[in-house]
Amino acid sequence: MSKQYGYLALFDSAPAVYHAAQSVREAGFKKWDVLTPFPVHGLDGAMGLHRSKVPVFTLCGGVIGFFTGMFIAWYMGQFDYPLIVGGKPFFSPIFPFPVAYELTILLAAFGTLGGMFITNRLPMHYHPVMNYDKFRHLTDDKFAVVIEADDELFSETETREFLQSLNPEEIAVISDEEDE
Amino acid sequence: MPRRPIIENERNFTWITQKICGIVEGRTPAWWWVAFTISATVASFTLMGLIYLVSTGTGVWGLRNPVFWGWAIVNFVFWIGIGHAGTLISAILCLLKQKWRTSINRAAEAMTIFAVVCAGIFPLFHVGRVWLAWWLFPLPNANAIWPNFRSPLEWDVFAVSTYGTVSILFWYMGMIPDLATIRDRVPMIFEDRMSKAKTVVQKGFERFYFGFRKLFYGILAMGWRGSNRHWSNYEMAYLLLAGLSTPLVLSVHTVVSFDFAVANLPGWHTTIFPPYFVAGAIFSGFGMVLTLMLPLRAIFGLQDLITQYHIDCMCKICLATGSMVGYAYGMEFFIAWYGANPYEGFAFINRAFGPYAWAYWIMISCNVITPQFFWFKWARENLALVWILSCFINVGMWFERFVITVSSLANDFMPSNWDYFSPTIVDIFTFFGTFGLFGVLFLLFIRFLPLLAFAEIKSVSKQADVHGHH
Repeated sequence: MSKQYGYLALFDSAPAVYHAAQSVREAGFKKWDVLTPFPVHGLDGAMGLHRSKVPVFTLCGGVIGFFTGMFIAWYMGQFDYPLIVGGKPFFSPIFPFPVAYELTILLAAFGTLGGMFITNRLPMHYHPVMNYDKFRHLTDDKFAVVIEADDELFSETETREFLQSLNPEEIAVISDEEDE
Repeated sequence: MPRRPIIENERNFTWITQKICGIVEGRTPAWWWVAFTISATVASFTLMGLIYLVSTGTGVWGLRNPVFWGWAIVNFVFWIGIGHAGTLISAILCLLKQKWRTSINRAAEAMTIFAVVCAGIFPLFHVGRVWLAWWLFPLPNANAIWPNFRSPLEWDVFAVSTYGTVSILFWYMGMIPDLATIRDRVPMIFEDRMSKAKTVVQKGFERFYFGFRKLFYGILAMGWRGSNRHWSNYEMAYLLLAGLSTPLVLSVHTVVSFDFAVANLPGWHTTIFPPYFVAGAIFSGFGMVLTLMLPLRAIFGLQDLITQYHIDCMCKICLATGSMVGYAYGMEFFIAWYGANPYEGFAFINRAFGPYAWAYWIMISCNVITPQFFWFKWARENLALVWILSCFINVGMWFERFVITVSSLANDFMPSNWDYFSPTIVDIFTFFGTFGLFGVLFLLFIRFLPLLAFAEIKSVSKQADVHGHH
């Protein structure tokens, strides 16, 4: 038996889904989402999303990168195998700076991409909304509001009526079952 | 004055998706196979050149006293410079909120990565014993020796490998939403193809081919579903990567210029090198973007997405950076005179009137005179002329690196040490072949990955504005 995941309301334009998102937020739903084919400017505010946590990962990556760069130059040049080259010091924070700088950027970039995947819980092989028969349009030219059945305010009839009041193109029931 | 539209003819989302996805979903056009065959043949020149070099020695590249850097380093700097426009478009123009970048950033980023691949070949084989090239990295080895972090050449290893890696990460992350779109369209296109397939063999082929496509795009798209909770993190990550790539792109050619500027050779030992190299890199990169994008725009009918406005913007950047390069040429001469160092003074007089004067004047005419045409609207709107001028920029920037590298090494302090450097046929073949390698990679990119960042293009279009005005 398939379990109901929630309702999906399909919209035709970015302004329509933006106003719908404002209404859903005002109605007090917590477990809901908006699916759009591109980042809609201002939708984060309409949904009341918090600031992304990705910068934390970037900062960690950058700090680790910088100190790795400095550490390897010190360890290899001064500690493990001191070798006189051109009468220059074995270690100084100046000459390995380009190396530390590049490693800062390298690990910060990995932190950013990794942080994006971690905060978004991707890669994800399956998600119930992919069962929707017009899912293909949600990465092309349509927009959707999805309210999960797990939400405290969810009710099969009232939520449906509420979504109907937002004037969507259609409302679909999304069930949580892999079709293969 | 109304702002010029980024997308012409009021194209809607469906049209944009169909246009870009159609390029990778349609049948392979005949010209693609022709171009691919030619590129692969040309690329084989690099392969043969490298096989000969490895089996014989770096002497086959005409490397001998006093010019040990030769074409290898010229080609390296040339290719790495080409890449810079891609990062400039994707990172710096993103931070500056230049919305026109969305139409060209994907292809330009691809160009960056493939240019770095071509660039990497030269220093890799220039080390001589290529099987020991891993010694460039700080990895433990049997001799228990480490790289010399005091050397700009070692800084360059880090700069270029970071640049290549971060460019790939940025390129890939930008593609995830577009790959998801192509993934979601696979069943639809498959049904369409199956209905047209007549024989069992054709049906079998389509089944096999679309099985591959489903896996390929499915894995690369990482389960992206366009959730706005995801977009929020994604946009933040994109902005951060743009912010990271900006100091990166400025540092890469700076470090490349340190390879020269940290040496004591007349003509190299100047503080103007970092900004001058970065400006030159962006100049050459935009030249290459124009060389590639103008034919693609015509072949795939992308005139509504890559408009005259985009071409104007690119031409103006060429004009600005080309003029900076021209200014740097002048300033080098001034400082050589003003600094009153006889060796420095000689190095520049020798560049302009010595044995390499022919190369110097090719460089001046291509890099200083060519971009000045872009002051004029009629020149920017004559696309055939723009394309020809962009090719001149590519040629001129190669000669710039040749003049800097070879003329300073060939005629340094002591006349008894001087010699005239000539490339060998192996040099020429190896370099020629890299254009084929670049072509092969770029053609594969056109065929399998979304050529334009269409999710981003949609987000800057008129219909994407939730308040109904622009």
